[in-house]
Amino acid sequence: MTHKVLIVDDEPNIVISLEFLMDQAGYAVAVARSGEEALAQIRTFQPDVVLLDVMLPGINGFDILQRVRQNATWQQIAIIMLTAKGRDVEVAKGLALGANAYVTKPFSTRDLLAEVRRCLNTGQNHDARPG
Amino acid sequence: MFAGAIILVSLAYIGVLFAIARFGDKRADRGQSIIASPYVYALSMGVYCTAWTYYGSVGRAAATGVGFLPIYLGPTLMAVLGWFVLRKMVRISKTNRITTIADFVASRYGKSTLLGSLVTLIAVIGIVPYIALQLDAVSSSFTLLWNYPDITSARSAGSAGVLDTAFYVSLAMVLFAILFGTRHLDVTEHHEGLVAAISFESIIKLAAFTLVGVYVAFGLFNGADLLYEQAAARPDLARLFTFNPTTIEFGEWTTLTLLSMMAILFLPRQFQMSVLENMDERHVAKASWLFPLYLFAINLFVLPIALAGLLLFPDGAVDADMFVLALPMHGQQQVLALIVFIGGLSAATSMVIVDTVALSTMVSNDLLMPLLLRAGLVRSPERRDVGGLLLAIRRIAIAAIILLGYLYFRLTGGSAPLVSIGLISFAAVAQFAPAVLGGIYWKGGTRAGALAGLIAGFLTWGYTLSLPSLHVIGGAPDSFVVDGPWGIGWLRPYALFGLTDLDPITHALFWSLLVNTLLYVVVSLLRQPSAIEHSQASRFVDAFQHTGAGEPLLFWRGAAPLDDLRSLLERFLGAARTERLLSTYARQRGVDWQTLTIADADLVQYAENQLAGVIGTASARVATASVVQEDPLTMDEMLRLLDETSQVLAYSQQLEERTHQLEQKSLQLEAASAELRAANERLQELDRLKDDFISTVTHELRTPLTSIRAFSEILYDNPDLDAARRTNFLEIILKESERLTRLINQVLDLAKLESGAAEWHTTAVHIGELIDDALVATSGLFAEKNIQVTVAVGAGLPAVWVDRDRVMQVLINLLSNASKFAPADVGAVQIRAHHAGGWLQMAVIDNGPGISPDEQAVIFQKFRQAGDQRQGKPKGTGLGLPISAQIIGHFGGRLWVESEVGAGATFLFTLPLEPARSVGSDEGMG
Repeated sequence: MTHKVLIVDDEPNIVISLEFLMDQAGYAVAVARSGEEALAQIRTFQPDVVLLDVMLPGINGFDILQRVRQNATWQQIAIIMLTAKGRDVEVAKGLALGANAYVTKPFSTRDLLAEVRRCLNTGQNHDARPG
Repeated sequence: MFAGAIILVSLAYIGVLFAIARFGDKRADRGQSIIASPYVYALSMGVYCTAWTYYGSVGRAAATGVGFLPIYLGPTLMAVLGWFVLRKMVRISKTNRITTIADFVASRYGKSTLLGSLVTLIAVIGIVPYIALQLDAVSSSFTLLWNYPDITSARSAGSAGVLDTAFYVSLAMVLFAILFGTRHLDVTEHHEGLVAAISFESIIKLAAFTLVGVYVAFGLFNGADLLYEQAAARPDLARLFTFNPTTIEFGEWTTLTLLSMMAILFLPRQFQMSVLENMDERHVAKASWLFPLYLFAINLFVLPIALAGLLLFPDGAVDADMFVLALPMHGQQQVLALIVFIGGLSAATSMVIVDTVALSTMVSNDLLMPLLLRAGLVRSPERRDVGGLLLAIRRIAIAAIILLGYLYFRLTGGSAPLVSIGLISFAAVAQFAPAVLGGIYWKGGTRAGALAGLIAGFLTWGYTLSLPSLHVIGGAPDSFVVDGPWGIGWLRPYALFGLTDLDPITHALFWSLLVNTLLYVVVSLLRQPSAIEHSQASRFVDAFQHTGAGEPLLFWRGAAPLDDLRSLLERFLGAARTERLLSTYARQRGVDWQTLTIADADLVQYAENQLAGVIGTASARVATASVVQEDPLTMDEMLRLLDETSQVLAYSQQLEERTHQLEQKSLQLEAASAELRAANERLQELDRLKDDFISTVTHELRTPLTSIRAFSEILYDNPDLDAARRTNFLEIILKESERLTRLINQVLDLAKLESGAAEWHTTAVHIGELIDDALVATSGLFAEKNIQVTVAVGAGLPAVWVDRDRVMQVLINLLSNASKFAPADVGAVQIRAHHAGGWLQMAVIDNGPGISPDEQAVIFQKFRQAGDQRQGKPKGTGLGLPISAQIIGHFGGRLWVESEVGAGATFLFTLPLEPARSVGSDEGMG
């Protein structure tokens, strides 16, 4: 079964690079360029992993993270914060809000893929359980 | 037969006076005062009205008509308007245990015995003629009455001969005054019996005078109106009772009013009655209208009596001064004449008694006692009873003063009119005015000043008034008065220094008070007051601030052996009274006499105060000094003391200052800490801003860097990537690298502009050329989106003085922004430049989506780009507009935006056409 990855970012060039990377790793990829679009994609596309930027037009990444974690049906979605906001408080905030990983830009492509894989493995364990 | 009756009635009257006095004293001893009433107080002030008033007013009225009035106008004015002066004198005298006016002056100027003696001398010399006047009046009236019913022989009988009436009258007065005035030793204790008798006399003289008036007006003339009608029929009399400006000497009126105003305060007898014998300060206020009322009543019949006398005794057959007595005699009214004589006697005796009591106290306390004390009298062991000596001195003084008066009377031959003699006395006591009034209202007056003023004023008085009055004796003035001494014209006593137009009294008063006041003030100002002068000055001037008899400053340092002090007090006060005083002191202070051998400064001060009540302040000071072992403070010691005081004062001031400084400092600290807090907040704010800035910058830097790194890794990891993708990825890397470079440059540029470190190369720039160059630089951007650009530059625009590259940077920034927001293919951008009131105004107008008011507010802030909320972030660093605004601001211009959503945006900036003040400098930055 093909895992689905949602890319949420408003920088076109970064989106291009992420699309290429996820596609090459064999995931199904969707892209959202704003906060509202991201929420809509989560509902319809039902991704396994979301690569989430913070600085977005409209609803920002932290708000999206919060809403996802407040929604019981979206608990299995792994969320990787992928942002240029690299201060300690921001990292702490992201993890506290329930992000599975926090990756700062510029990122190492290998490290990012490893994080995505790790999240998907943990997620599969969840999937194995009934309900 | 009638002669015997005169003597009998006179003696009876004197007997009644004694009875009243005894009664008053007895009641006082039992604490039931009969004089503690404002009415008695006002009546006792009636001692002002002497035989001069009683007989002399009529004499003066007969000569000058209403001219007798100012003598009563003055006291009335003083009582009504100047009562607060009297009240202050009363307060001061009570507080300081003052015994006479000489004591008052001496005490004020540092308890100066010299000053006390001087005032005493002036008072005695000044009052002696006044006493003579009383003797004259009594003997004249006695002689007139003696010859009843003959009324024409009065003058000649009194002048000489075996039966010298005046001499017997003098002797009777001496006896009377001694018996009355020296029964007490302590002169600060009220003479209640005396005051009662004097008040009674005031009633008698008023009643007698009114009786004559009523008799004359209604008995002799059937009504006052008929009397006035008859008088009016004679032109020489009519002028007397009309206020005709041509007959009244206004200068003289003013002088006499002024003179009598001072007399009511400074005559020794007035001082005695209104100041020393005052029982209650509140009486002063009530007497301020009661006493004028008395004066009014006693003057009511003066003019009618004078007119009647002039009508009935034409051609000077009877001396006008004796009209009062002659009129009832003329009417064969034996009893009335006797009553009138008694009235005159009462007027004369009251004056003589009170004045001699006052003067004898002065002579003993202020003149003789200091001399005796200096001679070591009080220390000599055989003289135990100084009190007895004191009384003896006073009695002798009374006798001497009255006999001096008699002598004066004999010398002048009783020829001078009563009023003139009285005025000479008034002028003498008027010399006290500067020293006393200055003394109670001006702290700067000194002993030297008072001495100088008094001596000069008194000598001037003697030369211009007293001396010539002796030269006028027996009629015509001699050459001394007419031509001046040794024929020197400008020394003429009645026309000193050529001042000729004044009457003698005004003339004398003018010169004497002028030199007196002048010297008092000038000499006082020459030197600082000494310590004790200063202390006394504040006690007097600030009399109402000092309460009770509290001593503000102890001048006695160290102590006296108690035995010495006790024996000193015993010598003056007697053993019993000393014992009483000391035990009172002991009770008040809780002192045990058994253990005490040395009297401390406080007790010495107390003793001095008690002595002052008997022998006056100045003498008390000398007497006390004789037993105090340590000398009273010398000036040096006093200065040292003051110095110490001032040091302590300075120290406390320092402390205060320091406290103040500390307070200030703590205030400053508070302010500083507030500032610090504010600065800290500001710093934190700045820190936060810097942090935000750095965070933003790093964010902005990381974004292109992210793409560069990601694609570099992708290319590195996928060497077999197809060529199209490879080229695409490499292009992205290049663009992002350029973006990164641009961003770094702009951040540095902005930092340079903001810190003022930017360099400016100002030249004359033609805006048209600048626009052309900018369009060349941005033509690619517009061509890319097929945007139409139009330029409209106003004709004849002058060059602007700016940094060409910087303004170009602004223009390119605005044009590139316009190219970003203008829609592709249908986009249109206009550039306009024109005059706007001394400014060059440029506009870059696009037809893009426009900028909302919210966005307009933030686009000039760093890293805030319009379009954040929209899909498709426009490319840019978010620093272009902030940098542009900085540049335009540097030249004094302004950069702003006008826009509506959906209607495009217009960016405008201005540049001054005149070279801006800040050109070539970095001022105005920030």
